[in-house]
Amino acid sequence: MRHPQLNANGKLQHLLTIEGLPRETIHHILDTASNFVGVSDREVKKVPLLRGKSVFNLFFENSTRTRTTFEIAAKRLSADVLNLNVNTSSTSKGESLLDTIDNLAAMHADMFVVRHASSGAPTLIAEHLNRVRAGEVNVINAGDGRHAHPTQGLLDMYTIRHFKKDFTQLRVAVVGDILHSRVARSDIHALTTLGVPEVRAIGPLTLLPTGLQEMGLKIYTDMREGLRGVDVIIMLRLQSERMRGALLPSAQEYYKHYGLTDEKLALAAPDAIVMHPGPMNRGVEIDSSVADGPQAVILDQVTFGIAVRMAVMTILASS
Amino acid sequence: MSKQTGDSSLDAEAIYASLRDAIAASLASDPQRAIHLIGIHSGGAWLAERLHADLALTTPLGTLSSAFHRDDYGRRGLPAEMKSSSLPFEIAGTDIVLVDDILYTGRTVRAALNELFDYGRPARVRLAVLLDRGGRELPIEAAFCGLSHPLPAQSAFVLARDEHGQFTLGIE
Repeated sequence: MRHPQLNANGKLQHLLTIEGLPRETIHHILDTASNFVGVSDREVKKVPLLRGKSVFNLFFENSTRTRTTFEIAAKRLSADVLNLNVNTSSTSKGESLLDTIDNLAAMHADMFVVRHASSGAPTLIAEHLNRVRAGEVNVINAGDGRHAHPTQGLLDMYTIRHFKKDFTQLRVAVVGDILHSRVARSDIHALTTLGVPEVRAIGPLTLLPTGLQEMGLKIYTDMREGLRGVDVIIMLRLQSERMRGALLPSAQEYYKHYGLTDEKLALAAPDAIVMHPGPMNRGVEIDSSVADGPQAVILDQVTFGIAVRMAVMTILASS
Repeated sequence: MSKQTGDSSLDAEAIYASLRDAIAASLASDPQRAIHLIGIHSGGAWLAERLHADLALTTPLGTLSSAFHRDDYGRRGLPAEMKSSSLPFEIAGTDIVLVDDILYTGRTVRAALNELFDYGRPARVRLAVLLDRGGRELPIEAAFCGLSHPLPAQSAFVLARDEHGQFTLGIE
């Protein structure tokens, strides 16, 4: 059976996950994005590629930043954008979710951008639409549970390619709460697909999922050891709600061991770049002097994120 | 598909020379007015580059992509190897000569004009093409043209550039 994100012609109908995407497809998305970077600098910051299309931002989980960048991306492509913040009841979620989708599809939505706290919700929606409206509607996963955040993964790859050019010579460290991070999962799949020879996972054992070694990663619980010689550092947000459980003693303790400071950054390659998907917890996973320092490319990620999302929308819409 | 080259009426270098001379004559008649050349990717960009050198223009050279504004985007999507527009000068108030290799339906020029106007409001835009093959579907005409050579719909001209920058034209 074909992957639900592909249509009958083998083209991308939806973007649900980076896992399984061929290397050429990822590069094609990044190449397309590079053409959109300049659009934001024009006098008219708009191109008409999605003129007359309706993009529904369907956020079942709050996110101002991701929703905003999708909204800007869609608007720069001249689409009409509707933002829906849907609060779900915990009961009968599956049924009400697809009812919502059917209703919005009946309003002639062309694209759904879906953020959901449950892993697999965008896939469920895409599979449903493949059954009832095959080829008519596109779905973009804007983050589902712990599963995937493919556009964040792609914009991270765009950022790395922009600054480092060649993936096949890099050492990349992913640092922090990998267990709960859909960003980390998408990044790791993308990095390995693009041929990065050394991907390191750094964090306390309680925040590292099992199976990382099987994916070819090197595991480090000592951050200093793990950062030695790396070219790219991807910091992850420590979600404060995790601190209430037994996974971590305290934010201060975490900062001491896994917070990125200038002193720890000095162990990486001298031209290493520091990335963070945002929002940052300064003084928890990253020190302000690093976040605002010359090696941080965190705001570049945000800027590139718009071009990457424009590229994804354009490619899906022409599938 | 048969490919025929060497048709004496399609000496690309001679056609290019007549286009170049037409633009040069216009420049000579109005020497006070500086023009900016902008080539449409990819054949038009080659031509504009060559014209820019041969006419010894000192104004910066631009290139333009029509991909964002094409009216067949819904059917064809973006080209696989798309090149971006590069306009390293102010468009507002500028006298522009837009350069393309083949003028056919006029749709590429329409899309290129839309792209151009996203950068500003030029004072004037004229069109220069190597070859006009007829078959217009829009009210667009060239101010400078190397040669008019009608071609049936099922055929296409293909401009190529060798390593010395010399042009050849084929029909497919």
